[in-house]
Amino acid sequence: MSTAYEAVIGIECHVELKTKSKMFCSCPNEFGGEPNTKVCPVCLALPGALPVANKEAIDHMIAAGLAFSAEIPAFSKFDRKNYFYPDMPKDYQISQYDMPLTQGGVVRYWLEDGTMKECRLTRIHLEEDTGKSTHAGGGDGRIAGSTHSLIDFNRAGVPLMECVSEPDIRSAEEAVGYLEALKRTFVQLGVSDVKMEEGSLRCDANVSIRPAGAKEYGTKTEIKNMNSFRSVYRAIESEIERQIGVIESGGRIVQETRGWDESQGVTHSMRSKEQAHDYRYFPDPDLVPLEIDRALVDRIKATLPQLPPQRFERYHGEYGLDVKQATQLIDNLPLADYFDKCVAASKNPQQSMNFVLGDLSRLANETATPVHESPVTPEHLAELIALVEGKTINSKIAKELLARVWNGEGSPKAIVEKEGLAQTSDTGEIEKFVVEVLASNEKAVADYKSGKTNILGFLTGQVMKASRGKANPALVQDLLKQKLG
Amino acid sequence: MADVVRMTAAETAAAVNSGTLSAAEVTDAMLAHVDAVDDRVGAYLTRLHELAREYAKRVDERVRGGEKLPLAGVPVAVKDNMCLTGTRTTAGSKILENWIAPYTGTAVQRMLDAGAIPIGKANMDEFAMGSSCENSALGITRNPYDLTRVPGGSSGGSVAAVAAYEAAIGMGSDTGGSIREPAAFCNTVGFKPTYGRVSRYGLIAFASSLDQIGPLTRTVEDSALAYEAMAGWDRMDSTSIDRPVEKASTALRGDLKGLRVGIVKQFVTEKLGAEIHALYQQTYKELENLGATLVEVELPTADYGLATYYLIAPAECSSNLARFDGVRYGLRVEGGDVGAMYEATRAAGFGPEVKRRILIGTYALSSGYYDAYYVKAQKARTMFANDFKRAFETCDLIASPAASSPAFQFNAKSDPYSMYMMDYYTIPMSLAGLPALSVPCGWITPEGGDRPMPMGLQLAAPLFEEVKLLGAAHAYEQGTKHASKYDAMVVSA
Repeated sequence: MSTAYEAVIGIECHVELKTKSKMFCSCPNEFGGEPNTKVCPVCLALPGALPVANKEAIDHMIAAGLAFSAEIPAFSKFDRKNYFYPDMPKDYQISQYDMPLTQGGVVRYWLEDGTMKECRLTRIHLEEDTGKSTHAGGGDGRIAGSTHSLIDFNRAGVPLMECVSEPDIRSAEEAVGYLEALKRTFVQLGVSDVKMEEGSLRCDANVSIRPAGAKEYGTKTEIKNMNSFRSVYRAIESEIERQIGVIESGGRIVQETRGWDESQGVTHSMRSKEQAHDYRYFPDPDLVPLEIDRALVDRIKATLPQLPPQRFERYHGEYGLDVKQATQLIDNLPLADYFDKCVAASKNPQQSMNFVLGDLSRLANETATPVHESPVTPEHLAELIALVEGKTINSKIAKELLARVWNGEGSPKAIVEKEGLAQTSDTGEIEKFVVEVLASNEKAVADYKSGKTNILGFLTGQVMKASRGKANPALVQDLLKQKLG
Repeated sequence: MADVVRMTAAETAAAVNSGTLSAAEVTDAMLAHVDAVDDRVGAYLTRLHELAREYAKRVDERVRGGEKLPLAGVPVAVKDNMCLTGTRTTAGSKILENWIAPYTGTAVQRMLDAGAIPIGKANMDEFAMGSSCENSALGITRNPYDLTRVPGGSSGGSVAAVAAYEAAIGMGSDTGGSIREPAAFCNTVGFKPTYGRVSRYGLIAFASSLDQIGPLTRTVEDSALAYEAMAGWDRMDSTSIDRPVEKASTALRGDLKGLRVGIVKQFVTEKLGAEIHALYQQTYKELENLGATLVEVELPTADYGLATYYLIAPAECSSNLARFDGVRYGLRVEGGDVGAMYEATRAAGFGPEVKRRILIGTYALSSGYYDAYYVKAQKARTMFANDFKRAFETCDLIASPAASSPAFQFNAKSDPYSMYMMDYYTIPMSLAGLPALSVPCGWITPEGGDRPMPMGLQLAAPLFEEVKLLGAAHAYEQGTKHASKYDAMVVSA
C-alpha cells in the first residue's frame, strides 16, 4: 500500500426502550408472544385511533441524554416520517426531526489497552418501532420467491431511541468500544435491556476513508444488517478494506447503502443515494409539543448512578485494576456496587478486587447465588482483608474462612476468635511444634543434614499442619533452620 | 307518532326521564319514520335497528333505576367517520365500504352514556372532503327542504337526518365548515366547539389540527345539551383540552343586551348578490334590535383563508390517509407485489377529490416545497389567530354568513374551486380554532328554484367562549324564529 489511509466512521444506533407500555398506547412493551396479541386500535393504526406519548419513555430519553452530558432542550416535538411499509401500520413513523429530546453530548469509552476515547453525539431522538414481517411460501424466508408475507404487530409502537454519532470513530475496534459504552450505559440507567439477539439494539455504520491526516471526508457508504458487535467489527474492517481496494485500483467510492453478509464476510450494494426517500417530515398534529420541565431534568439528574467512564477511571487509573478486571466489574453493576462497598470498608481496592473477582465469584458460580445476595457482607470482607493484612491469618485460612462466612457461619472475626485461628508468633508455642515435627521426621532431618536443604519446605509444611495453620510461617522457618543447625 | 319524531332532544329527554315516554317508544317511532322517508332523503348509509333498540332498552332500564340522563332516549345520527363498535364505519369511502369498527370513539361513547340512541350511520363526503355530500362514494343524500338540492357537506347525512326529523341530534365533524355550511343549507343549528373541546379519538382523521366534532340540531338548546354531553378532556386524545366544560344549556339568553357583535369589514356580502346581501343586512339589524351593539372589525387576512386551509388540510390528510393501504383492513386489490397492491387498492378505493387532496398535500410537504407551502401556511395560521384576537378586543362575537349561497342543485359546482368557495366564511374560524355556529337567519328562493331555501348566520366567539356563543345564538333564534317559517319538503309533502 503506497498511501496510509484513515477510516472515518459514524454510527446510528436504534435502541428499544424498556417501558411498561408501548410508546403511544397502553399495550405491554414485551418481547415476543403469540403474533398480534399485544395490539390495540392505536398501534394497529385503525381508522380514528390517536397516539398519546409515553412519559416513562421521555424520562428514559432525558436520563440517556444526561448520561452523555447532552443538552436537554426546553422544547421538543414529534414529527411524522412518511413512507409506505407493510409492517409500519400508519405508513408513517412518529419520530423527531428538527427538535429532538437531546442534542449533542459525548460518549466516553475505552479500548482494550485502557486508552480513553471520545465520540461526540449529534443527537438522541425518540421514535416508535415497526412490526415484523415474515415471508412465507417459498424463498427461504426472503421476499424473493415467497408467495405471501405475514406480519406480527406486537413490536409495532415499541419506543425506540435513535442515537446518532458524529464521525469521530476511526477504526472497527473503536466502533465496538463505542457500542459497548452505549450498551453498558443504557443497561445501567435501566432504560433498555440492550439485547442484540432480541433486536433491542440495531445499528448502521457510515464508513469512509481518506489519506491519513487529510481534512476532507471521503465519500461514505452506509452499512446495514449487522446483528452483533462482532459483525460490526468484521463489517467495518471488510468495508475499509474494500474502499481502500477501490481507491488503490483507481476507482471511486459510490455513496450507497451496503448490506453486511455475515456468511460471505463481505458487504454488498443495496441501494444508491438516488433512490433515497423524501420522507416529507412535518410536525405530528396529533401530539402536542413537549415542554420539558427543568425540575424534571434535575430530578432525573439526581438519580443517575456513577457512569461507566468514571468508574473505569477510578478502577483502572486510581485503583490500578487492569482493563479486563475493571471492565468485568463495570459490566456487572451489582458486583461493582458490592466491590465499591468493600473498598469503602476495607480501604484496600486490590485485595477487594482479588476476593470479589476471585473466591467470591467462584463461590457465586458454584452456588448460583450472586455475590451481593450472599451472606458475605462488604463488612465481612473488610474484616477478612484486615485479618490477612494484619497477619492475623494467612491466605490459606482466609480462603477457608470465606467459604464458611458464605455458608452463613457468621463474621470472620468471630470465627477466628471462637476457634483460636489467629496466627501465632509466640516463639515458645511454635518451638513446641518444631520439636515435635523434627522428632517424628528423622529421615527428613537426616536428608537436610546431608545437604538436601530444599526439604525445609516439607518440614515447614508439617509444622504449619501441626499448628493448624496458625503458626507464622516465617518464624517457623527461622526456628527450623536454627534447630537443624 | 309524528309528534314523537318531531320532538327536540330537550323535550324527548324530559319525557323519557319523567316516564311519560319510553326510549323504546321513541326509538320505534323514529325507526319507522326513517324507514318511511330515508329512501328519499338518503341521510343514512347504515340504519341501526337492532342496536338502537338495544340501547333504548338500556336507557329505559337506567331511567327505571332512578337515573336522570341528559339525553335520555334522544335519537342520534352518527356521521360515518365516527367509530361505533360493531357498526360499519365507512367515512363515505369505498376503501372502508365494509369495515366494521371494533371500538367506539370517545364522543360517541359519551353521547351513548348520556342516554342517546344511535339510529344510524350518516352519509358524508368521502373522508369529510367536500361541501355538498356529493363526494360520498356510497350514496346520495338530498336536502330535505328541496330534494333536487344538496344538503351541504361534509356532514350532509347528519344534517339531512336532523332536518327530516330522522334524528334529534346529528353528530358532525367540522374541518373547514363541514358542520356550519350544511346546517345553513338545511335550516338547522350547527355548532363547532373550540378545537380540542371534543375528543377526536375514534373520529377518522381528515386534517388532525382542524377536525372538531360538534352537534347539528333543530334548536340551539339541543346543541347546548349535545355539547355538554360530548365535550371534555380525554386521555386518549392529547390535543383535547383539559379544562372544565361550563354548562351552556342553563345559560341561554333571551336578548343580546350588552353584547358587542363584530361585522367583518372584509366579509363583503355585496359580492354574494343583492338578495343575499339584503338578507344579511336584515340579519345584522335583527341582532341590533335584540340589544346588540354592532361594531366593524378588521380581518385583514380573510382572503388568504382558503389558500392557507388548502395547504394545511391536504398536507395533513396526505399523511393521515396513508394507512388505508390494503394491508390490515378495508379494501384490498391484489397486485404483483406489495407496491402494486398499494397502488391498485388506493386507485380503486379513493375518489377523485380525495386523490386530489392527497396529491396537493404530498406536494406541499415534499422536499424543496415544504418551507414555501406548509411552513408559510402555518405562519399564516398564526396571523389568523392574531387577527381574531385583535378583533375580539372590540367585540364579544363576530357575525357573518355561514355559507356563500343557499343550497345548490346536484352537479352545480363543476370545478373544485367554486365548491371550496362555499367555506369562505367558515375557514378562518377553523384556522384559528375558534368556536363558531350557524343558526337559521332567513329564507331565499334561489334563481331557478321554486321553493324558499334556508340561510344561516355564523356567530363566532373567542376560544372557550362556548357559553357566550350558544347564549347569544339562542337569543337570536328565539327573537326571530326563522326556522319555523317553512317545514321540510320530505315530511310536509
